Amino acid sequence: MSDAATMTLEEREATLGGVGTARKRKEDVRFIQGAGNYVDDVKLPGMVFGDFVRSPYAHARIKSINAEVALAVPGVKAVLTAADLKPLNLHYMPTLAGDVQAVLAEEKVLFQNQEVAFVIAEDRYIASDAAELVEVDYEELPPIVDAFKAMDEGAICLREDIQGKTEGAHGARKHDNHIFTWEIGDKEGADKALETGEVTVKELVTYQRVHPSPLETCASIASMDKIKGELTLYGTFQAPHVVRTVASLLSAIPEHKIRVIAPDIGGGFGNKVGVYPGYVCSIVASIVLGVPVKWVEDRIENLSATAFARDYHMTGELAATKDGKITGLKCHVLADHGAFDACADPTKWPAGFFNICTGSYDIPVAHVSVDGVYTNKAPGGVAYRCSFRVTEAAYMIERMMDVLAQKLEMDPAELRLKNFVQPAQFPYNSALGWEYDSGDYPTAMNQMMQAVDYAGLRREQAEQRDKVARGESRSLMGIGVSFFTEIVGAGPSRNCDILGVAMFDSCEIRVHPTGSAIARLGTKSQGQAHETTYAQILATEIGIPSEDIGIEEGDTDTAPYGLGTYGSRSTPVAGAAAARVGRKIRAKAQKIAAHLLEVAEGDLEWEIDRFKVKGLPEKEATMKEIAWAAYNNLPEGMEPGLEAVDYYDPPNMTYPFGAYLCVADIDVDTGETSIRRFYALDDCGTRINPMVIEGQVHGGLTEAFGIAMGQEIAYDELGNVQGASLMDYFLPTAVETPVWETDFTVTPSPHHPIGAKGVGESPNVGGVPAFSNAVIDAFSHLGVKHMPMPHTAWRVWQQCKESGLTK
Amino acid sequence: MIPGDFEYYRPNSLDEAVQLLATHGDDARVLAGGHSLIPMMKLRLAAPEHLVDLRNIASLSGVSESGGDITIGAMTTQTELITSTVLSEHCPIIRETALLIADPQVRYCGTLGGNVANGDPGNDMPALMQCLGATYILQGPDGMREVEARGFYEAAYFTEMNDGEILTAVRFPTPAAGHGYAYKKLKRKVGDYATAAAAVLLSMKDGNCVSASIALTNVADTPLYAQAASDALVGTTIDAAAIDEAVALAEGITEPASDGRGPAEYRTKMAGVMARRAILEAKERAQ
Repeated sequence: MSDAATMTLEEREATLGGVGTARKRKEDVRFIQGAGNYVDDVKLPGMVFGDFVRSPYAHARIKSINAEVALAVPGVKAVLTAADLKPLNLHYMPTLAGDVQAVLAEEKVLFQNQEVAFVIAEDRYIASDAAELVEVDYEELPPIVDAFKAMDEGAICLREDIQGKTEGAHGARKHDNHIFTWEIGDKEGADKALETGEVTVKELVTYQRVHPSPLETCASIASMDKIKGELTLYGTFQAPHVVRTVASLLSAIPEHKIRVIAPDIGGGFGNKVGVYPGYVCSIVASIVLGVPVKWVEDRIENLSATAFARDYHMTGELAATKDGKITGLKCHVLADHGAFDACADPTKWPAGFFNICTGSYDIPVAHVSVDGVYTNKAPGGVAYRCSFRVTEAAYMIERMMDVLAQKLEMDPAELRLKNFVQPAQFPYNSALGWEYDSGDYPTAMNQMMQAVDYAGLRREQAEQRDKVARGESRSLMGIGVSFFTEIVGAGPSRNCDILGVAMFDSCEIRVHPTGSAIARLGTKSQGQAHETTYAQILATEIGIPSEDIGIEEGDTDTAPYGLGTYGSRSTPVAGAAAARVGRKIRAKAQKIAAHLLEVAEGDLEWEIDRFKVKGLPEKEATMKEIAWAAYNNLPEGMEPGLEAVDYYDPPNMTYPFGAYLCVADIDVDTGETSIRRFYALDDCGTRINPMVIEGQVHGGLTEAFGIAMGQEIAYDELGNVQGASLMDYFLPTAVETPVWETDFTVTPSPHHPIGAKGVGESPNVGGVPAFSNAVIDAFSHLGVKHMPMPHTAWRVWQQCKESGLTK
Repeated sequence: MIPGDFEYYRPNSLDEAVQLLATHGDDARVLAGGHSLIPMMKLRLAAPEHLVDLRNIASLSGVSESGGDITIGAMTTQTELITSTVLSEHCPIIRETALLIADPQVRYCGTLGGNVANGDPGNDMPALMQCLGATYILQGPDGMREVEARGFYEAAYFTEMNDGEILTAVRFPTPAAGHGYAYKKLKRKVGDYATAAAAVLLSMKDGNCVSASIALTNVADTPLYAQAASDALVGTTIDAAAIDEAVALAEGITEPASDGRGPAEYRTKMAGVMARRAILEAKERAQ
């Protein structure tokens, strides 16, 4: 490498590694060598292990718990039950959704594998053996498994702890198993649009219960230092600061005496946002025993007891003119929340941002209502690689667009083009209350249609259908179009908080005398490459190479307060704080540079990594020189050092969008679907690291493929969870995963400091409807309007049979 | 996901292994790769107190062909089956089947003996062994005996094998030169058990089928040898009518469970689809 003084501008840009660079992921050096540090890698002196006794029943009364035999096992330290937690008022814990959740079941169990007792032993083998020896006497009760029956007259009350309460956290409850009704939009107007519409369609679109299933399951280690009165809590936390606040509120330990550390996290996808009984039990056990207590879930526990996602039964209705202009939207959602309302949404949004369901279309009037109900299933309702309930909304509208196109006998792409919000309409106020920041939907759609030769694909499909009709082929071809708009980056404090804490985020930076820096943020990477991309944002702002900027997150003792990573909020919120903190550094650096160069601040101009005197290009001060001067040669009266902090409260959310297309071939004899082609165009505004974006898109599409084609947490009529293991729960391997083609347009966010919007979740949001639409499109010429997800081989085969294609 | 306590043994000879089983009775289980037994132990669906690992008994591994028979030692891994030149040359359906079992990591550990002796209806090799007309060689405290694969399986995890016996090898007649074969397996993903699978072996002479053998995987609580379906092909040119009849007969003997792979009706039909595809491919391959 050439000396900094003689480097060309291009060489200096390359050395900087700032925004727009396909910089390799910093964190992979340790990950690919097995040198990551996950919770289960953390070993503390004297540490003991906890394991749960779980309910075999979905609904049962607990008549007695006898831990005598378990306690007699050598090495067993304690067995906690609700009776032990109740005096501490910890047998229930608050959920993020304003409900409470049992930490250990008190009088009843409400879902299979619910936590009943916590066994603590010297090692996890003993804990596991002893857990089998805890005798629990149950009296079985009839379970409610079907959400549509939860509010039947005479349905058994599941939540006796809140029986008869007519007011919940989100308004009136109309049944013992009802949680809330949430409404938004113009009901009268939407009703009228549907009554008077020239063409109307209505369809029940169910998004099945799925699970984020990160590779690393949930875990925690609590270590209570009784002498100092300090609690250290390691855990799989997507939002460590929120965990600290909740832990303080629950335990009455002052917040400054709690240190929460989220080390490396092996995937979160929403599963690691909430607070789980395991965390609380490890804390209580450590307080009781005075030694560190570790709890690590196994795979079955993760899939069956920690937070699920989706489980939305959405009845969509669209009205349109005969030539395909949409005139109104209605949607009712029956939301199955399981036994406790543990949804991870901003507090005021019990159905998340489901009201993004007008999608990318200029729909003049709309109304949405959501009823949440309790059933005998695991609690949760997290945003599995999506912003809050956005993927449900996108699935509903993108399915309904196809249903409407079919009724209109119009091409699904043409219908979308006809109804797009137009570029000139931004900022666009949607009928359901959002202000879309920026977008150019027609350009993205046309780019996609050209790239895949959409017209050619439709011709090929028509030919293929003829071949099948003539008996020359047993393969149906489906083309799935999806055009999604997300709402991410929660969020503005005026409408987004979690338990009263506004959803801002933060970045703090210290530039060292030798010109390198350490920056800390309030978010927490679970694989998103924050160490790589935040450094790029900072590099561009402060002129220090990204290689010389360390990024730290996840330790509440060192990182500034933030609300964590989920809902694609890291780039829109903490990324903005990073840009702004960089600008604070540069502003101070400019003053120092003026002092060093003995000119006025206004005489300086910025160039990549230095200030130059206007008109005197040889007079310059590099950031390296300025950093040194910040510690020994400052203007009169200036505070030494080069540090800054920024807390960013975004003025609006960001609205990434994209145009996806899926081509599927269906074997009518087996029902197997083969994905021939998948094209994904994403517009996430300014692109910080194209390689990281591509990786995010690949990962999200793979999850979308898993969801659409196979994932389901199903229950039998007794409430037994079906297939909560990776044998049955479909995590695609490299063999099943299709090849992805990625593309992009760039429409910067006008309100974000660098115009970035967030991308991690787009492929999941846009991908699921593309797969589903492709499968259903294969049957559309036979009059099929909708088919239930996941599109497993046997379900698709069932459709082949119903459509008379196979016997 | 943590098994109960157990003692682990790794004997160096078959006699020693038989002795260990005799000593510990039905508290002992043989470990022959562990890819069925160990997951069941982790789920605590099985809790043997003594595990006798056969991996150090060299005499239990290897493939040989002599006198018109192929013999495969019980501890021969799936990978060894895949790479065996004897099998590639004389009985390639074994390689085709083994490549559809789980994934490479599992195939490095999983053994033929473990696969056939456990009685798991999801395993692929039992139906294939029935298709090949294999004989299982069992060694017990009272000596050696032989049992036909077609008569070995009684119910899920229940076989003709007695407590204290070890399956040491399988032996089957070397398929005729120029035979046609195919193993067709429908599964949800890599590593899954079959939704349905079919093994077909047949020989053609002058355009007519002179022998046929069809067996089905995971569509009942045991592997199924489809005798009537096999017979329906013999003496025909394997034309559409013969195939339809064989498929219908094969479907007729299935009794699948409904599970995440699909309802029973679907799995029966898929057994038919797999049998049909395997017959067509076997016919194509036959010389």
